Amino acid sequence: MDLLNAFIALSNYVLIPGIAYGSQLALGALGVTLVYGILRFSNFAHGDTMAMGTMATILVTWLFQSMGLSLGFLPTALLALPFGIAFAILLLLGTDKVVYKFYREQKAKPVILVIVSLGVTFIYNGITRFIIGADDQNFLDGQRFIMSARDFKALTGLKEGLAFKTTQGITIVTAIIVVALLFWFLNKTRAGKSMRAYSDNEDLALLSGINPERVVMITWMIVAALATIAGTLYGLDKSFKPFTYFQLLLPIFASAIVGGLGSPVGAIAGGFVIAFSEVTITYAWKKVLGYVMPEGLQPDGLVQLMSTDYKFAVSFVILLIVLLIKPTGLFKGKSV
Amino acid sequence: MTQTVKNTILFAIIALMIIYTGFAQSWNSALLIIAMGLISSIMALGVNLQWGFAGLFNVGIMGFVALGGLAAVLVSMPPTEGAWSTGGFAIVGALLLGAGTVVAAVMLMKRMAPGMARTLAVIAVLVIGFFVFRAVLDPAVEAVEAINPAQSGYLGGLGLPVLISWPVGGLFAAGAAWLIGKTALGLRSDYLAIATLGIAEIIIAVLKNEDWMSRGVKNVIGLPRPVPYEIDLQNDPSFVERAAGLGFDPVDASTLWVKLLYIALFAVVLIVLLWMSQRALHSPWGRMLRAIRDNEVAAEAMGKDVTARHLQVFILGSAICGIAGAMMTTMDSQLTPGTYQPLRFTFLIWVMVIVGGSGNNFGAILGGFLIWFLWVQVEPMGLWLMNLITAGMSETSALKAHLIESAAHMRLLTMGMVLLLVLRFSPRGLIPER
Repeated sequence: MDLLNAFIALSNYVLIPGIAYGSQLALGALGVTLVYGILRFSNFAHGDTMAMGTMATILVTWLFQSMGLSLGFLPTALLALPFGIAFAILLLLGTDKVVYKFYREQKAKPVILVIVSLGVTFIYNGITRFIIGADDQNFLDGQRFIMSARDFKALTGLKEGLAFKTTQGITIVTAIIVVALLFWFLNKTRAGKSMRAYSDNEDLALLSGINPERVVMITWMIVAALATIAGTLYGLDKSFKPFTYFQLLLPIFASAIVGGLGSPVGAIAGGFVIAFSEVTITYAWKKVLGYVMPEGLQPDGLVQLMSTDYKFAVSFVILLIVLLIKPTGLFKGKSV
Repeated sequence: MTQTVKNTILFAIIALMIIYTGFAQSWNSALLIIAMGLISSIMALGVNLQWGFAGLFNVGIMGFVALGGLAAVLVSMPPTEGAWSTGGFAIVGALLLGAGTVVAAVMLMKRMAPGMARTLAVIAVLVIGFFVFRAVLDPAVEAVEAINPAQSGYLGGLGLPVLISWPVGGLFAAGAAWLIGKTALGLRSDYLAIATLGIAEIIIAVLKNEDWMSRGVKNVIGLPRPVPYEIDLQNDPSFVERAAGLGFDPVDASTLWVKLLYIALFAVVLIVLLWMSQRALHSPWGRMLRAIRDNEVAAEAMGKDVTARHLQVFILGSAICGIAGAMMTTMDSQLTPGTYQPLRFTFLIWVMVIVGGSGNNFGAILGGFLIWFLWVQVEPMGLWLMNLITAGMSETSALKAHLIESAAHMRLLTMGMVLLLVLRFSPRGLIPER
């Protein structure tokens, strides 16, 4: 019974939050990795693209809420998500036309594009704060739990409760659908294949008649969708605050690099590696160990390896280790 | 028009703008702009060394600046009564243990043959080391933080003159830069950017959370100053007399005089660093760096050790940022980790370097003053603009209130625009590299 309780406590505090956070990171890292594969630079504006897309989604959600539209027990934000994606697509295509295209035609060094993307970051950040403000925004509605801790206890008679938030369920389901769609697109459609070809060998792709501008356009559209979905899921699960999205850059980049920049499978694996490391290292293990350890050996302290304030340090250390030992990442990215 | 004439005119324009601020607003704010402009210029010099000379992209300036600020606290504050005996030595011991663990793991990694045994040994050393480290550290930290938490609750500093902290701040930043450079240099250029972004966030997190070191978000205030206090000057009859002789009242005169002294100190540092940077730029070492920047492969073929030179210049540039950080904390005479924002301490410095002219030391200084001036003045200008736009709206309009409230965020937008426009239309900056 104790083992079962330990497992439930572990699921409640580590596994389920870890899977949800991992899915959000994976979606974010997919966006970074796609830009890297096709446009060949690290897009520092990705965090703020997520913030912009989420902001558009939030504004439409508020509009729907004031009109009385809702999805019943699901959050209204899901209904607003397509509008947020559409906005993000327009935004990224516009930015590409005004900013990035010039440097692409000049064949500028990647590091110049990184600086440019940093400039774009701050413009996005400024616009986001200008429109919606710098504070926390809550836009979650609908039913809060698929299963609350109390219901679970009543159902099973166990001492530990297992809470499953609606947002966690939505995150996991959406992530599975999005990733499946993305891989189907990359592997089965003509446009997806031309994207992979362009990423593998630019010259050969050009030679076989692939239109680079079209590839770039499709990439930005996919990236916009991924960023908005990742941002909205994160915002629903936690909360929306523009600065948090800028800070998400570090775990997202860490995920993409750990998996191997340019490799979509790697981005997903990296997202979960980073998420689980962060959650397990900053989780206080007292409860779980209390069930598992024999009588008398149970810990007195919290058994928390690091305080939650250092969760960025965890992704950073993993990033450093990967850079030291295997700079191409777990799935052989195209970097170094 | 020769380059020299043009540069002189550019600097003269900035001088005029600052003098105008003195007449239109107040001399106090004009002098403050000069003092912060000097500090900004020093940071820009450091970044210019990395980017302009060597093409290294450092997005962690904020972290190096904050380390400089930490140095100011650790060097100049008086030691807290009893903190060292209750837990100080244990904390130092724990930190040494932690460092020893990492060194041991690295040694094992190098000495043992690759394989399962090595992996297990390294993991075992790290895990055991971590728990021993925590077992020693935690009670010591608790004891130190329990000493009069409202006033101190930290170890305190060494009680040395604050000026010593300036080079120490440089050393701290150099240490962090060595760690990052060792890992991320020699790989793709983007990796350095991401690694520096990370270290900056982590340094700030450490400053905010390790209360035993610098009180965390409770802030350390009242750092000793290298210049006299205003109140002492006002009570000094000879100073009051001299001020009256020049037609100032004692309060104004004392604040202006203190700022002038700071400006003199900062100017000395800037001039020394500028002289050194100029010498470096025109030395064989500087030429080698630029050769590496322009064509890494060719430089490598000539037998130049690219990664080692990059590491050198990365450490030097970061150290300069650390010095500037210590100077800034000295002038504020407080360390407030909450105020370190990437926009203010990383991005702004980048705008200075790019606008001023990357690769040119005078450009970096010009950029430092110009962008700092804009940074200070954009907010009132934005507010003015917003008031102008919303002038026709009714007083109760929600949109008007929102727009005026958002004027504070104009800075981000303006600086982003300035950076993109300069990069696009004048990528060599105001004073181009020769």
